[in-house]
Amino acid sequence: MPRYTDVICSFCGTLCDDIEVSVEDNRIVDVKHACRIGTAKFLSSNDLEHRLLKPMVRKNGKLVEVSLEEAIERAAEILKNAVKPLLYGWSSTCCEAQSVGIELAEELGGVIDATVTVCHGPSVLAVHDAGYPGCTLGEVKNRADLIIYWGSNPMHGHPRHLSRYSIFPRGYFRERGQSDRELIVIDVRKTDTAKIANKFVRVNYGEDYELISALRKVVNGGELREESVAGVPKEEIIALAEKMMNCQFGVLFFGMGLTQSYGRHRNIDNAICLVRDLNVHTKFVMQPMRGHYNVVGFSEVLGWQAGFPYAVDFGRGFAWYNPGETTANDVLQRGECDAALVIASDPVSHFPRKSVEHLAKIPLVAIDIHPTPTTQIADVVIPSAIAGIEAEGTAYRMDSVPLRLRKVKEPPEGVLSDEEIMRRLLAKVRGEAPKLEVEAR
Amino acid sequence: MRLILRNGFVYDPLNGINGEKMDICIENGKIVEDVKDAKVIDCSGKVVMPGGVEIHSHIAGGKVNTGRIMRPEDHLKNVMPKTRLTRAANGYSTPSTFLTGYLYAKLGYTTAFTAAMPPLMARHTHEELHDIPMLDKGALTLMGNNWFVMRYLKRGDVELAAAFAAWLLRAAKGYAIKVVNPGGGEAWGWGRDVRNLDDPVPHFDITPREIITGLTRVNEMLSLPHSIHLHANNLGRVGNYLTTLETMELANGTKPARERQVVQLTHVQFHSYGGDSWRTFASEAESIAKAVNSKDNVIVDVGQVVFGDTTTMTADGPMEYYLSSLTGLKWSNRNIELETSPGVTPFIYSKRSPVAAVQWAIGLELALHIKDPLKVLLTTDHPNGAPFFRYPTIIAWLMSSRYREETMKEVHGAAQRNTTLATIDREYDFYEIAAVTRAGQAKSLGLAEKGHLGAGADADVAVYDINPEEVDPSRDYKLVEERFSATSYTIKDGEIVVKDGEIVKVVNGRTLYVDAKVDSELERELERDLDYYFKRFYSVNLANYPVQEVYLTRPTPIEVKTNVR
Ligand code: SF4
Ligand SMILES: [Zn+2]
Repeated sequence: MPRYTDVICSFCGTLCDDIEVSVEDNRIVDVKHACRIGTAKFLSSNDLEHRLLKPMVRKNGKLVEVSLEEAIERAAEILKNAVKPLLYGWSSTCCEAQSVGIELAEELGGVIDATVTVCHGPSVLAVHDAGYPGCTLGEVKNRADLIIYWGSNPMHGHPRHLSRYSIFPRGYFRERGQSDRELIVIDVRKTDTAKIANKFVRVNYGEDYELISALRKVVNGGELREESVAGVPKEEIIALAEKMMNCQFGVLFFGMGLTQSYGRHRNIDNAICLVRDLNVHTKFVMQPMRGHYNVVGFSEVLGWQAGFPYAVDFGRGFAWYNPGETTANDVLQRGECDAALVIASDPVSHFPRKSVEHLAKIPLVAIDIHPTPTTQIADVVIPSAIAGIEAEGTAYRMDSVPLRLRKVKEPPEGVLSDEEIMRRLLAKVRGEAPKLEVEAR
Repeated sequence: MRLILRNGFVYDPLNGINGEKMDICIENGKIVEDVKDAKVIDCSGKVVMPGGVEIHSHIAGGKVNTGRIMRPEDHLKNVMPKTRLTRAANGYSTPSTFLTGYLYAKLGYTTAFTAAMPPLMARHTHEELHDIPMLDKGALTLMGNNWFVMRYLKRGDVELAAAFAAWLLRAAKGYAIKVVNPGGGEAWGWGRDVRNLDDPVPHFDITPREIITGLTRVNEMLSLPHSIHLHANNLGRVGNYLTTLETMELANGTKPARERQVVQLTHVQFHSYGGDSWRTFASEAESIAKAVNSKDNVIVDVGQVVFGDTTTMTADGPMEYYLSSLTGLKWSNRNIELETSPGVTPFIYSKRSPVAAVQWAIGLELALHIKDPLKVLLTTDHPNGAPFFRYPTIIAWLMSSRYREETMKEVHGAAQRNTTLATIDREYDFYEIAAVTRAGQAKSLGLAEKGHLGAGADADVAVYDINPEEVDPSRDYKLVEERFSATSYTIKDGEIVVKDGEIVKVVNGRTLYVDAKVDSELERELERDLDYYFKRFYSVNLANYPVQEVYLTRPTPIEVKTNVR
């Protein structure tokens, strides 16, 4: 029975790399060390009933099974005939597929965007403005004595984040683990993470910005005139600010509670400034709690190839970036794109109605591992292998540490990796014979 | 492909060829004595040099990409739209990977080393190097704040430190040992820095002096192709030249294991500052040059400043924070567990700023006061002093005192008052330009097949449309600047890749890395330590740390026989 160690879980941005997987007859029979959701993802690869197995093309209004060649041919035709196709998704696949996707977008003069656009896009905008003082997660493990989660509930979204990197592990300078550290949670409600915290600070809904500003004021030596800010009493704010200034190594983990609430990128901008202010007094860093396991990788690849982290329009023959104009939802809602390719993502379930309405109107190619509302309305559906289980590739952890995903079993018969599908699609669009690369090992 | 470059003026310092009219023959990607049935390229009236070798340039990896992502305002200043051959490309101080390859090739460069690779992030560096076309590539690998290195050196176990360094180069697919602000990077883990060679590193009870001398020994025990590549302490601080002089002394008495220096002090322009406050800021380039002239085992690269907007990025976290607190501009930082702490912040070198004017002059003073051009390599520490594609301007300054005078008139008077630049008449000739842009780099890096045009060398060649019999660089400096900006031909591995300043063929270069073997018992002892440390203190498993060869274009291990135990 083959047994794989040091396997990487390709589910969330925690990107745990210590998973052990046993495989029998190409079925995963045992998963060790992963959390509940990670385990579920590994085991789901056994469940062929809920997988996409055959390429399909819509004919006379119905999706019918076709050969892979025909599906690729039809997909290429759709994309080539479009004036401005949108290529969307990317956060749950590997960098190698993303890289070919960028080349395809460039070839087509299309727009490429990823799920960053609906999660941590505001964090990225804030980085343009203020920079980003961070560190790798091992630094937190070895040094941090003050850990803050703000608008983030890792107990649910990133179950092993607390045990691998932040509050529970023993570190070089934190030999006693949890008892050498303090955990503070700032949120609008008492989450499960807040329940295990040394301190929970309840902030009024939509008033995070005010609380950050109040903290900055204290950190920079100012005096708070208000009795409370954002629902937090003055004394509590002062105590919190002092704790932050007096720790040896503090870290601020922040989630969608901060990026998607009122203020959005301004909240993050202000938080970055707070961390910067704190560095006058001590060592302080921050880290967005990225969701999809390779959403960071997309920004990295697009960054080195095109200079920008998401939402790039290649219509001019070079990279044009203007969030609000080139972002997927804006392109859709203006009705500007006339075809779309969606990979490893389900915008039909997650995008605003107006975007979905346009998506339903235009020719749509969907590449995914299982059926979704998006594949259901697509005109071409291509099944793919699960990166990190059935295919190798690269993914970037939330702190930008790059890891090589492992392959532990074969994909269903005839099913290719995202990378290979994208290569064949690009070759077809260019009218070349596909370059069949040997599976990278 | 067989080629003859006919009748050019050849400048090949490593073979002592100084402007002789001769033919260069090429076959199977190599320079050969003679070749039959070859395509002939008429190079008469043109300058022929070995392909340029970049020894220190931040072109790939985490902090370069942080710079790109942090500075969207940088990219539309320099755009090269997609063509049939080339990818859409952009970026001014932080060019995209594609643009980096194209621009170097147009300048006649065929090899480039990225300046600072954190091993934990090496996979990222290599993913970017993979996407840099046109060049042979390698990565200087950060070790000066590494916990293993500091612990081994502290307990005097140089053998294990050497075994570790060899392992790390193999794991990260790195080429050489890079040391950045030794000890300061670790101190930055606590928001602190070290300020002199004997400042202890918090918790590790070791000093920068001990780290530098220790890694120097390690480097020579391993007999690595390059020497240690040292970014000294106190970069950018007023009065830092004393630290620099003291650091140079540490090489005294060490014999190099190969025919090269024992240490390359990098971007010394940033380390040659006198005065005791920014008001009294002045050049100490002459003191530094004097020291370099008197030593046979120390070389430097310049780190020249060119006026304009750029993005600074180094593995020197405390320095980047300090700089951003001076300018108030945006600041990024990423401490990397057990290894290093890079930072990034934008910077504008303004002609009206007295400090920038002096910095500009210092780089040129260094290049002109150091006598042996093989000991002073031309870099801008891209993009810290300026983007690398400003090299032609610097070349023109070096070749023309008149051009320097003209520039001096445009910049703050401090350049005149607080430096010796105005008193220097020396002007480089083409032979010296070839030395400071390729020959010296190849020699320093131990690349026997690069930086020259002798038989057996890689057929990497640059042809510039300058006729040395007609052009007087001292007077025609604008023409020199223009012609060094775009080659008539760049030849990579025997193929024409640039013609008349345009990319005509896109190729992928080799990735060079060092594979140094040490005694197997030592290796086992090291493995036990690696196991222990990775389990407890890294956030990734040991098995997931080494970079797989699949990331490398044309992987080219350089096997090294070491003297370890
Ligand atoms: S925390 Fe995230 S990466 Fe780790 S096992 Fe759970 S789902 Fe997978
Ligand atoms: Zn540098």
